[in-house]
Amino acid sequence: MYNFEFVKPSTLDEALAALADEDAQPLSGGQTLIPTMKQRLNQPSKLVSLLGIADLVGISDSGGTLSIKGATNHATVARETASSFPGLSGLVAKIGDPAVRNRGTIGGSIANNDPSACYPAAAMACQATIVTNAREIAADDFFQGMFATALDEGEIVTEVRFPIPVASNYQKFEQPASRFPLTGVFVAKYGDRVGVGVTGASNDGVFRWKEAEEALAANFSADAISNLTVPADDMISDLHGSAEYRAHLVKVMTGRAVAAC
Amino acid sequence: MKISMTVNGKTMSGEAEGRTLLSTFLREELGLTGTHIGCDTSQCGACTVHVDGKQVKSCTMFAAEADGAEVATIEGQANADGTLNKVQQAFQDHHGLQCGFCTPGMVMAAVSLLETNAKPSEAEIREHLQGNICRCTGYHNIVKAIMAASGQEVPAVAAE
Ligand SMILES: Cc1cc2nc3c(=O)[nH]c(=O)nc-3n(C[C@H](O)[C@H](O)[C@H](O)COP(=O)(O)OP(=O)(O)OC[C@H]3O[C@@H](n4cnc5c(N)ncnc54)[C@H](O)[C@@H]3O)c2cc1C
Ligand code: FES
Ligand code: FES
Repeated sequence: MYNFEFVKPSTLDEALAALADEDAQPLSGGQTLIPTMKQRLNQPSKLVSLLGIADLVGISDSGGTLSIKGATNHATVARETASSFPGLSGLVAKIGDPAVRNRGTIGGSIANNDPSACYPAAAMACQATIVTNAREIAADDFFQGMFATALDEGEIVTEVRFPIPVASNYQKFEQPASRFPLTGVFVAKYGDRVGVGVTGASNDGVFRWKEAEEALAANFSADAISNLTVPADDMISDLHGSAEYRAHLVKVMTGRAVAAC
Repeated sequence: MKISMTVNGKTMSGEAEGRTLLSTFLREELGLTGTHIGCDTSQCGACTVHVDGKQVKSCTMFAAEADGAEVATIEGQANADGTLNKVQQAFQDHHGLQCGFCTPGMVMAAVSLLETNAKPSEAEIREHLQGNICRCTGYHNIVKAIMAASGQEVPAVAAE
């Protein structure tokens, strides 16, 4: 791994100042960044740890919205949202393994936007708001394809706000070696709409399956999507599964999530 | 930079660069080689230690992030009189190890599980060990050892 300067500020302002340096990068749990740096795929001059900033950690629940601060780790989210938002808690409790969940954070996961990351599926289905030090961004605008987001250089995800659904569920078809989803689907049912967020499947990264959202809004049952088909054209094809297989999984996982809601 | 941490109850310090991993720091700077490096790609869990009471992969954390923290490693697991603790003893009794390479991480993960779940089911044990890979035992004896360490009856496990 290339060497870098490590800093751990205790306020957001200090972190933003430190990130103004060229090639400086934020570090949260390091569960993605450290493996990529070991492979020398990344060469920051400075890493600014966000884990010393007390204001970036915590979960609050008010007026039907669950707000998770950017540097809150997965284990904490899984534990603290178990009763307020069980669908999300269930998603987070299946990310990686216990050690990964003790370090990895929502901000790191959302900012990284791995095409197989779990959190983005929930953020899309729930139409979450991604809050940064500078602005608020709707999930639809935030995720911009594999590993691409609306974030500017040095911009930090400080909070993610989820409107809490009436019912929700995440179905993750695991790639058995990495345990990332080969395809994962988050279904969120609200009074007036249904959200379906799909991860792991598309070359364009996380997406909303809008046809299913409409069909499920009219009739919330797995039958409602039985006549729909997911085109395989834009799906990921690799040694773990063909594009057609993933397209098929999208429908199967959506049906299972609806049934489990 | 100088890094200090409490390791197994003792204050220890040493030099680290930004890129120094906690696993490297423990092994090379503090001489605590019980923490093993199996993969160095965050997959195998042989490097599992506890930082401020939480199980982490020490190869996937910078030493600088543990500055000032309480760290527990396999070297601190035996009882004060030098006898094996109940998890270690159960691994021995139930043949929960063969080559022993994964064992420090397995023990640290098991201890962490039993702290929050005193009587885990077989399924809970297997789920908790998802980030710990063993190339020898086939896991069954590890699961049995953890059942035994938690004072539960040791069942014949699935696939036997
Ligand atoms: C063995 C293993 C299994 C895993 N399995 C899964 C899985 O099943 N599902 C899943 O979704 N993920 C999985 N992960 C990834 C894990 O969830 C990561 O924790 C997460 O993707 C990144 O979070 P982090 O806090 O570790 O970020 P880091 O690794 O610290 O950072 C990731 C990237 O985001 C940037 N960044 C970090 N925080 C912020 C912020 N607040 N604002 C802006 N930019 C920021 C960093 O500069 C870096 O580019 C797994 C990881 C491992 C090692
Ligand atoms: S050496 Fe750390 S996970 Fe394998
Ligand atoms: S005992 Fe050899 S790897 Fe587990």
